[in-house]
Amino acid sequence: MATMDNALDVAGLTVRLGTTEVIRDLSFTVPRASSLAVIGPNGAGKTVLLRALIGALPYTGTIRWAPSTKIGYLPQKLDIERDLPVSGRDLLRAKAALSKTADGDVQRALADVGLDGALLARPIGTLAGGQFQRLLIAFALLGHPSVLLLDEPAAGVDAPGQTQLNELVRRLQSSAGITVVLVSHDLSVVYRYADRVLCLGRGLVCFGTPQVALTPETLSDIYGTPVAFHRHDEHAH
Amino acid sequence: MNTPDVASLALSIGMSVAAGLVGSFALMRRMSLAADAMSHVALPGIGIALILRLSPLAGALALLLVGALLIWAIERRTRIATETAIGVVFSVALAIGSVLASGEELIDALLGKPGTLVAWEAVLGVAAAAAVIVFVLRTRHALIVSLVSPDIAMTSGVDVARLDLYFLLAFALTIGLGLRYLGVLLMGSLIIIPAAVARRLSRNLNEMFTWSVAVAVLSTVTGTFAAMLAGRESGPFIVMVAGGSFGLSLWYRRE
Repeated sequence: MATMDNALDVAGLTVRLGTTEVIRDLSFTVPRASSLAVIGPNGAGKTVLLRALIGALPYTGTIRWAPSTKIGYLPQKLDIERDLPVSGRDLLRAKAALSKTADGDVQRALADVGLDGALLARPIGTLAGGQFQRLLIAFALLGHPSVLLLDEPAAGVDAPGQTQLNELVRRLQSSAGITVVLVSHDLSVVYRYADRVLCLGRGLVCFGTPQVALTPETLSDIYGTPVAFHRHDEHAH
Repeated sequence: MNTPDVASLALSIGMSVAAGLVGSFALMRRMSLAADAMSHVALPGIGIALILRLSPLAGALALLLVGALLIWAIERRTRIATETAIGVVFSVALAIGSVLASGEELIDALLGKPGTLVAWEAVLGVAAAAAVIVFVLRTRHALIVSLVSPDIAMTSGVDVARLDLYFLLAFALTIGLGLRYLGVLLMGSLIIIPAAVARRLSRNLNEMFTWSVAVAVLSTVTGTFAAMLAGRESGPFIVMVAGGSFGLSLWYRRE
């Protein structure tokens, strides 16, 4: 049963791509205004899970979002042709129109993600990876989402930018009460920013707080190889 | 030399504006070959209409709309690419059409034959062009987002499957509009060539729309007058003007 406190309840979720069972009998919950990190090796079904959550893939089992949930989704790397005549401004304007958002919100979303407004005039295919990623995050933020689903938000972003994005996600979660589900490969970031972690891979699943779930043993089970990572403590930078 | 009457001028301009707008998205959605292929779906319709002594245009339109539905359904059921679905449907349609129509009728259908415009055709044509234009302008935001990523379109509240269907229907209707002037063989060009020129010159959607519509209208009007001077059918002239502007656009390099 969905409770008032959960943004998302997933029970017995199975997703097949063709004849392959990518996700099998998965159950977890995400409390409101918390953050869940999804980790696992390539091909473990992280992106498939996110796409099932937005309803883009058929599945069995139940996915129950809290009533009046609004999702902001950041897909995994998109391949955009360089000469596609669509500017960043076109894309944000489209989202603003679809979600009936005021112009001021566009400015705030741009400021939030730290994207220079001058870049909006450029065709989106000519933006650098990190710039395009910030544009897509700004896109996801428009329309006041209650949930953010982020598929590797830091991919292609430079190191200072990554810290800035992680802090932004953290801030949105704590001050705006947004629920965050993110796929990440950076275990130290997961450790530092996520309230809970869901591990997918090799038929194994772990779920819990990073402190409990992310033991060297679980990690080497999931990835099939010992995984070394630096644990950030509270005061680490 | 005849001068074109107001009704047929209005219809050809309406058709060009619709072709420019639909073409912009067709090109961005990688459906450039689809425009050519799809227009052939009209052939069996023309054939059936001729046998039943109905208006060839009505027959063509009916089959185009059925073709659009068929392509959409195949694509959804099997998740194969639109291009592939169109390819299959069009070849079969072409085969059936060439059996049903014959000789001179077939040539007229393939290359277009303006003939005299009857009132209901003019009214219906202008209304259809207006419908296509309004559709593209009103749904441009949803179309843009869904071409960048259907997934983010979905989470932005767009019903992507329905949008795809509406776009295919608008696309089919636009082809239907042009059959009279350009015929089955050439109508695809009026949808794709102006958009291809526009894509070379544009950095954003408004520029894309503006160039695409401008080139489409210019090609149709110039081509029609040139054909009149030469005393020939207008279709090939329209496409030659469009092709010429594509040639010119190759000189331009976007920074």
